[in-house]
Amino acid sequence: MKAAVLVFPGSNCDRDLAVAIEKICGTEPAMVWHQETELPDDLDLIAVPGGFSYGDYLRSGAMAARSAVMSAVVKQADRGVPVLGICNGFQILTEAGLLPGALMRNAGLSFICRNVGLEVLNTASSFTRLYKKNQKIHLPVAHHDGNFSADEATLDQLEDEGRVALRYTENVNGSARNIAGVLNKKGNVLGLMPHPERMIEAAHGGKDGYNMFASLMQVVA
Amino acid sequence: MKANVHVTLKNGVLDPQGKAIHHALERLGFSGVNNVRVGRLIELDLDDNVTDQEIEDMCRKLLANMVIESFHIEKVA
Repeated sequence: MKAAVLVFPGSNCDRDLAVAIEKICGTEPAMVWHQETELPDDLDLIAVPGGFSYGDYLRSGAMAARSAVMSAVVKQADRGVPVLGICNGFQILTEAGLLPGALMRNAGLSFICRNVGLEVLNTASSFTRLYKKNQKIHLPVAHHDGNFSADEATLDQLEDEGRVALRYTENVNGSARNIAGVLNKKGNVLGLMPHPERMIEAAHGGKDGYNMFASLMQVVA
Repeated sequence: MKANVHVTLKNGVLDPQGKAIHHALERLGFSGVNNVRVGRLIELDLDDNVTDQEIEDMCRKLLANMVIESFHIEKVA
């Protein structure tokens, strides 16, 4: 398994994500600074971490989405390389146009930092195949801008094509149709607001995020 | 040349910040406010040879997120 974790000024979940990938997938990922114009060859995963890239200037993820490394990410995503964006990573992927919709300020205007209930709806993707259909899991969220927004036609399309990967089991942040994570059309790009990398061993209070990384290993193996 | 770019949420996109400000205005005793929408003003100081098309491209590629926002360019002498 060959993985890369992108690092932007203001990323703060990059090391947690690297630890999770190494523990579950067995190899240390390459940490790739945002100014790089190329990514390593033959990657099995590009992971875009959480944090507050560029201090959330302009809009969350807006500056990072236009950084040098993202052109390389778009190219690899088009070739089918799995791309996983968590929290700020999800915001960056929507801003870069790799995923539909936008993540707006939480409906209650508060920063939300707690464990939330989720339902796994898509179990066909490289990231979710080890979960059971409609499995209920718990993962932590920690975000101010997680309110998923898209026009009705896009939302219908996402649901019809099975691209809503995860749904909150309650209204957490005002997200349209309680959407917590979406896939691109090809199914190789997943963005989600909850943090699977913070829930991979008993000491974290649960292991519900473990299979998000273990699923990838099945695809690689 | 200067241009002011006004970025606003599209009609139909809920604006929780605008809603909170609306409530605060009412709490302060200002009646007669029907709705509040929050936007962003970006002031550009430009070379004179920058074209209108280029300013519009700046808006579409970075200054506005066309999924949820629209923009209006106001050129200032």
